Amino acid sequence: MTASDHSEDEPRDGPELDGDELDLVLSQTWGDKPGLWGWLCTVDHKKVGKRYIVTAMIFMALGGVLALMMRLQLARPDSGLISADRYNQIFTMHGTTMMFLFAVPVMEAFGVYLVPLMVGTRAISFPRLNAFSYWLYLAGGVMLWIAFVRDVGPDIGWFAYTPLSGPAYSPGKRADFWAQMITFTEVAALAVAVELVATILKQRAPGMRLDRIPLFVWSMLVTAFMVIFSMPAVTLASSFLLSDRLVGTQFYNGTEGGSALLWQHLFWFFGHPEVYIIFLPGLGFVSAITETFCKRPIFAYPVMVAALVTTGLLAFGLWVHHMFATGLPRLGYAFFTAASMSIAVPSGVQIFCWIATIWDSRPRLEIPMWWVIGFIITFVIGGLTGVMVASVPLDLELHDTYFVVAHFHYTLIGGAVFPLLGAITYWFPKITGRMMGRPLGIAAFVLVFFGFHLTFMTMHFTGLMGMPRRVYTYPAGLGWDALNMTSTIGAFILASGVLVFVVNIIWSLRRGVPAGDNPWGAASLEWATTSPPRPYNFAHIPAVTSHTPLWEETLPVFSGLRVKERELVLTTVVDAVPDLRDPSPRPSIWPLLSALATTGMFIWSIFSPWALVWGAIPIAIAMTLWFWPKEPPEPEKEPVIE
Amino acid sequence: MRRALGLPPLMLLSGCSGVQAMSEGAGFGSHQFNQLMLLFLVVTGLSFLLVLAFLALAVAGRRNEAGEPRLRIWLIGWTGFILIGLLILTIASFISDRRESRQGAEQTPLKVTVSANQWWWDVTYQNDDPTRIMHTANELHLPAGQPVQIKLGSGDVIHSLWVPALAGKQDLIPGRENDIRIVPTRIGHYRGQCAEFCGLQHAHMAFDVTVESPQAFAAWYQAQLNPAREPTDPGVKAGHDWFMSHACSNCHAIQGTPANGHTGPDLTHVASRATIAAGTLPMSRGNLMGWIANPQGVKPGAHMPAVGMSPDELHAVASYLETLR
Amino acid sequence: MSISRTFTGDLAVLPTHAFGARSLTWWGVIAYMLIEGGGFAVAGGAYFYLMSQESVWPPASYPPDLLPGALFTLIILLSEIPNTLLKKAAEAEQREQAIRWIVTLDLIGLVLLVIRGFEFAHINVRWSDNAYGSILWALLILHTIHILTDWAESVVLTALMMTEHGKEPRRFVDVSEDALYWRFVWITWLPIFALLYLVPRFV
Repeated sequence: MTASDHSEDEPRDGPELDGDELDLVLSQTWGDKPGLWGWLCTVDHKKVGKRYIVTAMIFMALGGVLALMMRLQLARPDSGLISADRYNQIFTMHGTTMMFLFAVPVMEAFGVYLVPLMVGTRAISFPRLNAFSYWLYLAGGVMLWIAFVRDVGPDIGWFAYTPLSGPAYSPGKRADFWAQMITFTEVAALAVAVELVATILKQRAPGMRLDRIPLFVWSMLVTAFMVIFSMPAVTLASSFLLSDRLVGTQFYNGTEGGSALLWQHLFWFFGHPEVYIIFLPGLGFVSAITETFCKRPIFAYPVMVAALVTTGLLAFGLWVHHMFATGLPRLGYAFFTAASMSIAVPSGVQIFCWIATIWDSRPRLEIPMWWVIGFIITFVIGGLTGVMVASVPLDLELHDTYFVVAHFHYTLIGGAVFPLLGAITYWFPKITGRMMGRPLGIAAFVLVFFGFHLTFMTMHFTGLMGMPRRVYTYPAGLGWDALNMTSTIGAFILASGVLVFVVNIIWSLRRGVPAGDNPWGAASLEWATTSPPRPYNFAHIPAVTSHTPLWEETLPVFSGLRVKERELVLTTVVDAVPDLRDPSPRPSIWPLLSALATTGMFIWSIFSPWALVWGAIPIAIAMTLWFWPKEPPEPEKEPVIE
Repeated sequence: MRRALGLPPLMLLSGCSGVQAMSEGAGFGSHQFNQLMLLFLVVTGLSFLLVLAFLALAVAGRRNEAGEPRLRIWLIGWTGFILIGLLILTIASFISDRRESRQGAEQTPLKVTVSANQWWWDVTYQNDDPTRIMHTANELHLPAGQPVQIKLGSGDVIHSLWVPALAGKQDLIPGRENDIRIVPTRIGHYRGQCAEFCGLQHAHMAFDVTVESPQAFAAWYQAQLNPAREPTDPGVKAGHDWFMSHACSNCHAIQGTPANGHTGPDLTHVASRATIAAGTLPMSRGNLMGWIANPQGVKPGAHMPAVGMSPDELHAVASYLETLR
Repeated sequence: MSISRTFTGDLAVLPTHAFGARSLTWWGVIAYMLIEGGGFAVAGGAYFYLMSQESVWPPASYPPDLLPGALFTLIILLSEIPNTLLKKAAEAEQREQAIRWIVTLDLIGLVLLVIRGFEFAHINVRWSDNAYGSILWALLILHTIHILTDWAESVVLTALMMTEHGKEPRRFVDVSEDALYWRFVWITWLPIFALLYLVPRFV
């Protein structure tokens, strides 16, 4: 069956239409208009993904600067460098920026960029929604930071406990900016989660059965489901807070039937899965990198998948471990201790499997693998201190001290940021077409690794010496002085390492060694296309016959998709049998306009509840125009050949 | 012996002890903590070393071709090790928890009520005899060996009562009544601090804890029950009069005088305390004057207003307060 | 390091639209249901948590008047009849039928929104009176947002179906999924109805 057999005269990809000629047509169909207009209208997941990554990294830098300011203030006792009010804003913004504006978005970003490539499709599932979600995320982050710069930033901690964050004790709009930023970023994250689920379940390459999906894709699938089930809780919590503050509801007011603890339950029901939402994609990075540099699939793939799914499920059963000091019934606590301990099992199993993979291979210690090794050493320490704070008697001393600060930085930086830095180094050639520099890469790793441990290992002891969290200063003579100074020095070393990493990125963008399609010799489908990929990702839809397609003799491909229309293939959920040809949306300005309308409503609603009514009208108009078909309808008769 | 085994390694690890350090182990709770922590350190430390060794060998490439089957067996063994380790730690944790809740259960506890406010501690020693109920602020004196049952409430936001040298913490939540039982075991001076972010001056919400012999405690308690001494010295009396006729007496209480405010700490025996402004400044004449003259300078955002006074008035009031031992 | 490619099959034979789980947007709708359903579940959890804080429920007023709520429930349950007919018409790609039933549902939706207004007017507590009032208003508002957005979507689809675009087979998939979502809207109403109208009466 060749292209010319089809009843209508539509060009399709295949042996007749291939190579440069095909590239020309497909680039036309899938490309964006040049200039600013094209940039604003793009729905290309790679462009949106890059935007997300760059924005998230900027927020990481901003959050890091805040951390350095905190460390400067805490370097000496009774320091007058930063006032109490400013410090409280700074630590709130540090946590909020890192958690909501950096960590989750950057993981989503890599998912948005890589998942369609890894599953062998031409686009993400809902490209305009994808573009919309980025603008919304950007708006929420910018709103919050403008508030902070203007000295109306939130000062209630990233977790905003009531009643401190309620109308009685946080007058003004500070807490409202925080609460509404949550709405912005959660809507964006939910949108991306929906896209990932649909892409992973329906758009996989023919033959990519569930047991042939790359582990990174599995991690993003589990993460997406965690986002779907956890984020409504925090959106509801923050909406209840906003309404308590704006229109006098009593959700968190103990004297009128509400409860300060209701906030904690709602927030932590989201908050605990949140850290696994950040952590699981990092595990996906580790699997991808380890597989490539050990030139073999990860040991015990089914066990790894089971571990990811188990972690995702268990993550929902732990949240009360953040509330051990609130005086809830002891029997309930016992359950949450057991659950919190048990989540160490899938993590421990995964650690074994990665090391076993290295063991049973000839590892190439390229820079991404250094980050993997750093991850293993660091994350395991974090996980083990996690086991400590899972115990109620230990937690009642350690809770709200610098010991916990140490714990979560070990797990988040060790478990997510180290893999992230490895992932950036690993996929930089694919995204930009150039390799990152090696000497700077080594320097960055050494500085970051050493600086990190100096900063945060010390904090375990600072906590054991009795220093609580979230204090803008402390008195001399409690034995905390030298410990704090040490952490401050470490923080600057860590920051310098991050700086070197960024310098490496900037340098490599211009001067990095040009990379081919597959400079690392990896096995997954994103390496089957050019570096950087063409707008249409793959000239022909690839098919797979194993878990490691690029290590097979040849790569099977399918022909037959139309080239003058944006078209991709949908396959069945379990066995990835080709099922439908689906059109993919063209670039559109409506996602941006809808995001602007939504931003207007969200910000207005901080000041007036009527925004929900009147602000909805521009959104409705924008979204209607978004969905209204722009192309004339397709002819009734479909070119289906029996 | 077990206690001796527990302390030095932990103290070694933590560098040294301190009035706010858990390693002090001066209460049954903190002592349990140190012991349990040691067990956890051993088990988790062992796990970490195993991981490190496996990683090092894997990376160094020093092995025979182990192959999948042998690795699968090791995986099962490793999973078993994790499960057993977690089981041991979980059970030890439960045992420790139960031991602490049972410690001193047969003794009659001392009863105290603490109400936390931004940013100070309102302390009431309860007694069946109403004439022996005693009010103080920002400090606790406790008899060694006797459990104290503290009822915890909050007048505004969530705070947390924590004396690391003695025991774990418990939150004070508005609208809820929590309680904590502490069993102090070793005589000494310790420091407690609010451990739940409670706003602007959360960093300056500490309190002094003195654990003393039952006799010393009884003597202190008796002295606390006495009302304030009537001033005789004219300079002191000037301070007393100024205090009573100005804003101070609206917020503060001094037993035996007209001052009966409850918005701020009870000052009847303020000069007997080690610190003022909830652990912010050591008690001294100079600090008293500095605090009164400029509360916002010491603790910006504190709810105590600066009351305009001349230097002489300030001296007089400070002289008066110094007599309130 | 380019691997060699071999042509192995032709995708041109595949159709370009299908109903149910074969369609991509179906998965988007299901994911959206999970999100909203999860949100309702959390709100329900908050309801029970707040109820456990009170000895009397409702604490200071009387439950919402049953009539508007019961009327709403009755009509929305009955609306499943035209809804099912709509879904069938869409899946059979019968344009005239589909337009007839979707217009019917648009009108029913309008009636429901009016009744919803009466429900708000007869809820017998202000959102700011106490936490009971707050959670009741919250649940009712959340559900109303769903009715509103689905109704607005239906109206837009109705307009779309009436234009040239209505002849396109993909539009029938959109209509079928809209009908599916309407089911979600009334199914989630049932537990919320119970929380708003029944629990305060029987507790």
